[in-house]
Amino acid sequence: MLKITGVSRRFGDVTALSDVSLEIRQGEFFALLGPSGCGKTTLLRILAGFESPDEGTVTLDGEDLLARPAHRRPVNLMFQSYALFPHMSVAKNVAYGLERERLDRSEVRRRVGEVLEKVGLDAMASRRPQQLSGGQRQRVALARAIVKRPRLLLLDEPLSALDKKVRAEMQLELKRLQDEVGITFVVVTHDQEEAMSLADRIAVFDTGRVEQVDAPVELYERPRTPFVAGFVGANNLFAGRACSVGLAADGLGILPGRSTLPDGTPALLAVRPERLRLGADGVLRGEVVDVSFYGGVSHVSVLVAGRPAPVLAAVQGATRVQAGSPVALGWADEDGVLIPQ
Amino acid sequence: MRRSRLLYVPFWLSYVFLYTPIVVLVAMSFNAGESPYVYEGFSLDWYGVLAQDERIREGLVNTLIVAAGSTALATVLGTLLAVGLARHTRSRTLDAFSVLPAVLPDLVLGIGLLVFYATIRSTLGLHSVLLAHTVFGMAFVTAVVRTRLTHADTSLEEASRDLGATPLTTFTRVTLPQLAPGILAGALLAFTLSIDEFVIAFFTAAPTTPTLPIVIYSMVRFGVTPEINALATLLLLVSFTVVIVAQRMTRLTESLS
Repeated sequence: MLKITGVSRRFGDVTALSDVSLEIRQGEFFALLGPSGCGKTTLLRILAGFESPDEGTVTLDGEDLLARPAHRRPVNLMFQSYALFPHMSVAKNVAYGLERERLDRSEVRRRVGEVLEKVGLDAMASRRPQQLSGGQRQRVALARAIVKRPRLLLLDEPLSALDKKVRAEMQLELKRLQDEVGITFVVVTHDQEEAMSLADRIAVFDTGRVEQVDAPVELYERPRTPFVAGFVGANNLFAGRACSVGLAADGLGILPGRSTLPDGTPALLAVRPERLRLGADGVLRGEVVDVSFYGGVSHVSVLVAGRPAPVLAAVQGATRVQAGSPVALGWADEDGVLIPQ
Repeated sequence: MRRSRLLYVPFWLSYVFLYTPIVVLVAMSFNAGESPYVYEGFSLDWYGVLAQDERIREGLVNTLIVAAGSTALATVLGTLLAVGLARHTRSRTLDAFSVLPAVLPDLVLGIGLLVFYATIRSTLGLHSVLLAHTVFGMAFVTAVVRTRLTHADTSLEEASRDLGATPLTTFTRVTLPQLAPGILAGALLAFTLSIDEFVIAFFTAAPTTPTLPIVIYSMVRFGVTPEINALATLLLLVSFTVVIVAQRMTRLTESLS
């Protein structure tokens, strides 16, 4: 439905986007994930029409999107700051976009009422934005963006201004709304948990490039680049060369993993902390340097000879191991993921 | 830490220094005698004399026409200039030049405008004063609105565009309401400055259409009576009212937005 091909954008010496190509499907909840300054917001602003790319094309339903000015695109953006008009009531804010379409007054009133009910704010219609809480403002911003029934809804860090508890609530609400209205959502976020829990597919960005596009589970279990392996979730990374049974790690010997890479390729082996087994025997031996108990899980740091940073293991519940005791680490072959370097 | 009472002495002295002349001026306007220097008892006679003075009434009307006209022009042009500077150029030089007429010595502006009117063979009259006052009034409006624009949230304008509003609708429905307190403050500033402006008006007015400050100046030259004090007291009242109203209104509109 939305097709981004070879889009690049530079600001002076800084390359915000370099040769980005993505395809987003009808009805999808798509996330652009990356650290701040990785270019994801620039891409969002290009889709909304506030920036134009130096190179590349963007088509929506086969039609050139870049040829249209911002106010004629069937695309709406929910701003990070919400950008609610402070001099208008909630109802006026939501009606603003519909009034620009020159719809009947009764039609506008009906649709504004409908959407406010949908986000649970019908009682607040005559309030001013500054009289609302953060979560309520967020819902007004969302209502204002979806009331126009855009082909594409862009959300710029939609939950970052909310505190933790409200954020969890709004995550569920966003997902429910997206199901209900059936609009394609593209959300920009630096919060990987948010991206994981919300999105059908995630594109991971780093310094203006798309590193990997995948569903959350694949992204977590099969990272394809060193950046993704390090950025998405906690990971233990070992450097070395690929071999038939896994990785010949520098100074650590053979580590098990599933490899499809040609022997001798420089590679990283990634093992998730929760996939590590602590026991009497395993492929790596070391000494426990720290145990942190988090309630549901415990994190155990193990210092292994030949590796400067400790290896992190996550264990269910409380653990009996203590700092200072020797321990062995092991993992199943399929849990060692090889990533070409 | 306890602050020494002695520190309040220079503080109050500053206020005494600032307001003594004004208090004396107001007190003398109620003088029963002929002299503005020797108080001879309370009376409102000079306000009566003032009310019947034909020259003063004429000067006042001229001044009000100039102030209202130049304020209207300066507000519209200054606001547009400020928006243009803030949103459509990044030139710091143009920015600096926009406020220059506000800081330029009045004398320079007065002579410059007189030479300009002579060059284009324009007649002098109320229109020439009005345009002259528009020049510096506009500089003040631009400066005030410009400051407000730098603090304004550009994402509001983007949100308006995003919701399908044309640039013009965005300007009238979103940008202008955001700027309203600044525009109002700028307009009141331009108005109060125009009402008592002397130097530029002196250069650009025709002898047949003097503004109030020029009338006062010519009266003072033939000796001062408490009539002048009465007039000054009324002007003071107007200025104070405008300033207080301006403060209240900006606070009011700010609390709304």
